[in-house]
Amino acid sequence: MGALNDGEIMRGGIQPSMLHTGSRTCLDIRQIGLTFSSGQQSVTALEDISLQAAENEFAVIVGPSGCGKSSLLYLTAGLIEPTSGEIRVNDKRIDGPGADRGMVFQAYTLFPWLNVRDNVEYGLKRRRLPAAQRKEIVEYYLREVGLERFADAWPRQLSGGMMQRVAIARALANDPDILLMDEPFGALDSQTRLSMQQLLLNVWGHNSKTVLFVTHDIDEAILLADRIYVMSGRPGVISRTIEVHLPRPRTSEIVMEKHFLDIKREILGILHHDDT
Amino acid sequence: MAHASLWQRCLTPRATIPKTLTWSAGIGIWLVVIALWSLVTYSGLVRSIFLPTPTSVLSTAVSMIGDGSLWKDIWSSAQVVLYGFLLSSVVAIPLGILMGSFRLAQAFLDPLVNFMRYLPVTAFVPLFILWIGIGIEQRVTVIFFGIFFQQLVMIADISRGVSQDLINASYTLGAKRRDVVTHVLFPACLPGVIDMMRVTMGWAWTFVVVAELVAANSGLGYISLKAMRGFQVDVIFLSIGLIGLLGLVTDQFFRLLRKRLTSWAL
Ligand SMILES: Nc1ncnc2c1ncn2[C@@H]1O[C@H](COP(=O)(O)OP(=O)(O)OP(=O)(O)O)[C@@H](O)[C@H]1O
Ligand SMILES: [Mg+2]
Repeated sequence: MGALNDGEIMRGGIQPSMLHTGSRTCLDIRQIGLTFSSGQQSVTALEDISLQAAENEFAVIVGPSGCGKSSLLYLTAGLIEPTSGEIRVNDKRIDGPGADRGMVFQAYTLFPWLNVRDNVEYGLKRRRLPAAQRKEIVEYYLREVGLERFADAWPRQLSGGMMQRVAIARALANDPDILLMDEPFGALDSQTRLSMQQLLLNVWGHNSKTVLFVTHDIDEAILLADRIYVMSGRPGVISRTIEVHLPRPRTSEIVMEKHFLDIKREILGILHHDDT
Repeated sequence: MAHASLWQRCLTPRATIPKTLTWSAGIGIWLVVIALWSLVTYSGLVRSIFLPTPTSVLSTAVSMIGDGSLWKDIWSSAQVVLYGFLLSSVVAIPLGILMGSFRLAQAFLDPLVNFMRYLPVTAFVPLFILWIGIGIEQRVTVIFFGIFFQQLVMIADISRGVSQDLINASYTLGAKRRDVVTHVLFPACLPGVIDMMRVTMGWAWTFVVVAELVAANSGLGYISLKAMRGFQVDVIFLSIGLIGLLGLVTDQFFRLLRKRLTSWAL
């Protein structure tokens, strides 16, 4: 697995990702294969995928459209079953969906019949937490995503960015072991996207959490990640693992930095190589 | 188009118009109908034995309200519609959601439902009379069979249309299968279910007349039939008008219900 060469990585002095990451492995995806078959036809979406995310690490999967990124997240969430291999979270084998793996989806998935507050409270209610505790948690996460003033709004009254903020609060309120994010900002305009990335970094900074984030936006991947898994498609495989040692806290300014550009060039090289 | 003149707004697709104009137009259509009706009856263009004048229908209404018989007939029909409709809805709504969400339920019920829903309920009326007699139970059964299978199919479609993303989101938040049914499928189906009830309530009113024409001793369909034998065309008109009016009232009720219960959906 080729990362950047060591000289480049170490130039910043410290390795800030170490501040966040414990050494314990939180997510362990082992030789996953996934084949969709319907009747005669079968599509191999994923082939021999292995990846790990350490506790409190921000891992990002970047890859072109259709390479199987969503499938990998759905497998981790337990919403679909792999054809081969296994996935472990905190050493527990995944066998169906559960509240220990929160997810923010590519599409907007707020429950339209619940207001913002009740959406965030949804998982807490399923877990039958006492009302006072639920209220406290909901208020905390609404404040974290800056939507306390919209607690009583219906989802249809929110912008796309606000809906995804609620979705993030809703997933985090459950205090999952790992947060799975499937191109959560993919449908947003670039301005909103930037502020959402910043918001996510802030929230993640306050609430240590293992994150597996999927995107096809290379800038987004580098800005957010401790570690990037570059995927290429049909069937989906991990082509490279890249550690990002840019110091945190990060802002969108880092797109000018040499580290950033080096990594970007490397990823572009892999993805471009795939195309030809 | 915000500053367009009223005329232009009336001519623009989907542009909104003032409330007062909406109301006036709604009353206007009835003024036109009553005017035409008056024209052909008072002028003697159509003989009153076939088409009564507005005033004769009105005076019939007044006299039948006066002797209390009209209320009895209205209530008799409304009761049948209500019972048949509620009975059908209470069974069809949960069963339909089950059918739309569980493949086995669908595989099991589909063949029967798709057979039954193409049979006209009128074909069963003689059978129902034979089995159940001519009491209110028979008429309620006619309503039930008239709408039940249609309701079932409509609700199954509605629940099949619930976004899988919402179900998945619910699972990742710790919901169990039972929670998905009660906390995702039911609320997600609610707007569609109320709309469905609005539509099938209209059908229920049409079947009540069929039921009463064949076997009843009270009700709006029944007095219609009796009036035909006595050439009381004004009573027939009154009965038709009342059914329409009752339909309008129930329709408004469901509109209001939809607004109240599902303001989140618009
Ligand atoms: N239910 C399914 N049945 C058959 N094939 C599927 C199914 N779901 C996904 N696929 C196929 O698997 C491959 C990977 O799909 P997936 O949605 O995981 O890609 P993705 O990387 O998330 O794409 P995007 O960036 O567009 O969201 C695609 O080729 C897709 O056609
Ligand atoms: Mg995807």
